[in-house]
Amino acid sequence: MDFSLSPRHAARRDEFRDFAEREIQPAEKDYPRENLRRMAGRGYLGLPIPRQWGGQGEDFLTYILLIEEISRVCASTGVILAVHTSVGSFPLLYYGTASQKELYLRRLASGEMIGAFALTETQAGSDAAALGATARRVNGGYVLNGCKLFITSGGEADLYTVFATVDRSLSSRGICAFLVEKGTPGLSAGPRERKMGLHGSATTELRFDEMLLPPANLLGSEGGGFRIALSLLEGGRIGIAAQGLGLARAALESTAAHIAASGQCGTAAGQAARFILADLFTRLEAARLLVWRAACFKDAGRPCTREASMAKQYATDLAVQASARCLDLWAAAGMSLDNPLTRYFCDAKVTQIYEGSNQIQRIVIARELLKSLAKI
Amino acid sequence: MDFILTEEQEMTRQMVRGFAEKEVKPGAEERDDQERFSREIFDKMGRLGITGIPWPEEYGGGGCDFISYVIAVEELSRVDASAGTTLSAHISLAGWPIFKYGSEAQKKKYLEPMALGEKLGAYGLTEATAGTDAAGLRTTAVLDGDSYVLNGNKIFITNAGEAEIYIVFAVTDKEKKTRGISAFIVEKGTPGFAFGKKERKMGLRSSPTLELIFDNCRVPRENILGQEGDGFKIAMSTLDGGRNGIAAQAVGIAQGALEEAAAYAQSREQFGQPIANFQAISFMLADMATKVEAARLLTYQAAFLESRGLPYGKASAMAKLFASEAAMEITTNAVQIFGGYGYTRDYPVERFMRDAKITQIYEGTSEVQRLVISRYVLKG
Repeated sequence: MDFSLSPRHAARRDEFRDFAEREIQPAEKDYPRENLRRMAGRGYLGLPIPRQWGGQGEDFLTYILLIEEISRVCASTGVILAVHTSVGSFPLLYYGTASQKELYLRRLASGEMIGAFALTETQAGSDAAALGATARRVNGGYVLNGCKLFITSGGEADLYTVFATVDRSLSSRGICAFLVEKGTPGLSAGPRERKMGLHGSATTELRFDEMLLPPANLLGSEGGGFRIALSLLEGGRIGIAAQGLGLARAALESTAAHIAASGQCGTAAGQAARFILADLFTRLEAARLLVWRAACFKDAGRPCTREASMAKQYATDLAVQASARCLDLWAAAGMSLDNPLTRYFCDAKVTQIYEGSNQIQRIVIARELLKSLAKI
Repeated sequence: MDFILTEEQEMTRQMVRGFAEKEVKPGAEERDDQERFSREIFDKMGRLGITGIPWPEEYGGGGCDFISYVIAVEELSRVDASAGTTLSAHISLAGWPIFKYGSEAQKKKYLEPMALGEKLGAYGLTEATAGTDAAGLRTTAVLDGDSYVLNGNKIFITNAGEAEIYIVFAVTDKEKKTRGISAFIVEKGTPGFAFGKKERKMGLRSSPTLELIFDNCRVPRENILGQEGDGFKIAMSTLDGGRNGIAAQAVGIAQGALEEAAAYAQSREQFGQPIANFQAISFMLADMATKVEAARLLTYQAAFLESRGLPYGKASAMAKLFASEAAMEITTNAVQIFGGYGYTRDYPVERFMRDAKITQIYEGTSEVQRLVISRYVLKG
């Protein structure tokens, strides 16, 4: 068992860290167009996409290292990157036809287009198969009606992977995935949600009102949409796990520097703070190993359902726990909005919720555990 | 980076698991009840090569890496933590300092029979006044002709009484404080070396813990390990690796408790269905599973670093802290899942819980690990 990053992975991680620290501005309010432009300039918006389609052809672990480093500086930019790649670009890569890839994947990889993903609805959150958006077969394609909720990069993205059902009686087997370009008649985005955190990332409703799509915009097969959504779960979860890891690191590194500078370190009175940091840095190391292991398994083509869920649950729970404890350690100075700690704390909370809430992850982990025991 | 066991590591796991299931598990409850150490189990470990896994073949070892070694401790502890601690003290605490600091002659004379399982090792550092603060040692060693004369008492010594070979720390120069401590190899049966009371413990009851008594005990001069004054360095560096053995022990205990609890939750029915169907139980199991995995990864990482010759002090402190805290939590929850049955001695989870507690205490308490870790993280 090898625990060392290859020289290539280590070099790229250093490159990402350096880039993030120099070029990424924390997005406190507006959608971070400039950050995305700079990442596109480096090829980061197509990092794990094959060169054939204009990407850099890097492995999944390298992409995970990028999300972690970007999220450490700006979690809003991190989630836009993760959604753009994990669920905006990968479905095209896995299921797209050559012409769909030519038309869309190339532009996503170059950053000319930003990708987004529209699955969630009011009545379909964790239970995604319960979605109500419909696709009606007509001459010349499909007509979509319905409303999606909590869409990252809503209104800002150029291409949406949208899920709708052609036949509700078929339940999950009636669900189809469609590629929807910004500007398609009948497509509209609602106002931006006013959120607790991730202020730079636009989150909106997405409405389809008699929106006509040509048959060429169906991704994969008719009725194959749910399978597409499921196949993206693991990659998506590992991506958010990396976001949690980046946030936890940001909070812990800034707090360790603060405590070290406080001069109380060597004293018996400073022990409470030191011990909290010791526990949290230990958990950070545990989280890192869980996240990187899941990424390595995915790269190796090994099953990683339980590894991805463990990574997501543990790393994102840690992001919340670490940022909350760090606020304690900064005391009043931590509450100032000039201190990025409040941003880390508010950004961290949603990582426990989206891409499968951590309660869903626990259901998956317990299921996998009981299944593995049954085999013995 | 791959996170996948090598063939050798996987074979070690299968071999030790088979041995543990067949030879160690069946009598574990009875030995715990009777507070009885089984030399027979150690002898069998010797015949299978488990007692010398990480040592070079030229000293009778298996020539494997430290991941294979911690896997062996983990697998033994999964069924019987006492057997795990016997091996951990034998290899990490007694074998390692000889391997690392011993002369060629000392390795041939002591490490080889230990690797082969012919002799059992132990480590004597702790004293009544020197626990966490190891610099407070009072045992003395005075050079007299061709031997050192040892006087003093050691307490809480794992494998004591049963072991043939002891690594003992004593003060050779009080003025020099920690630089005045030296390490000695002391054989059982040396005149002036006796055993005091056997501790009656909460857990690890089939692992003997005794006092060592040195009363004008003459140890041959050539039995000093390293140079005079090297003792503190030897003691501390030994504990760095020893922590990893305890981490592995904690991972094994936690894994054993998790498997028992998960199997019980599937078979126990209440309100017309297995209690594993209830989220209060299944979410507990999920958290237990994730923490065992995380603890295992931290432990293997520290062993990996040691095998590669890279610094592992921080990694082994993190592994020991995380794994022992996880083991306590997981075994406590395992008893909870078993309910009233878990509190009885008819099921093994109460033993796992009693055995887990010591992993937070020995070879550096959790508080000491936090101190060590905080020094690393606040340095940068």
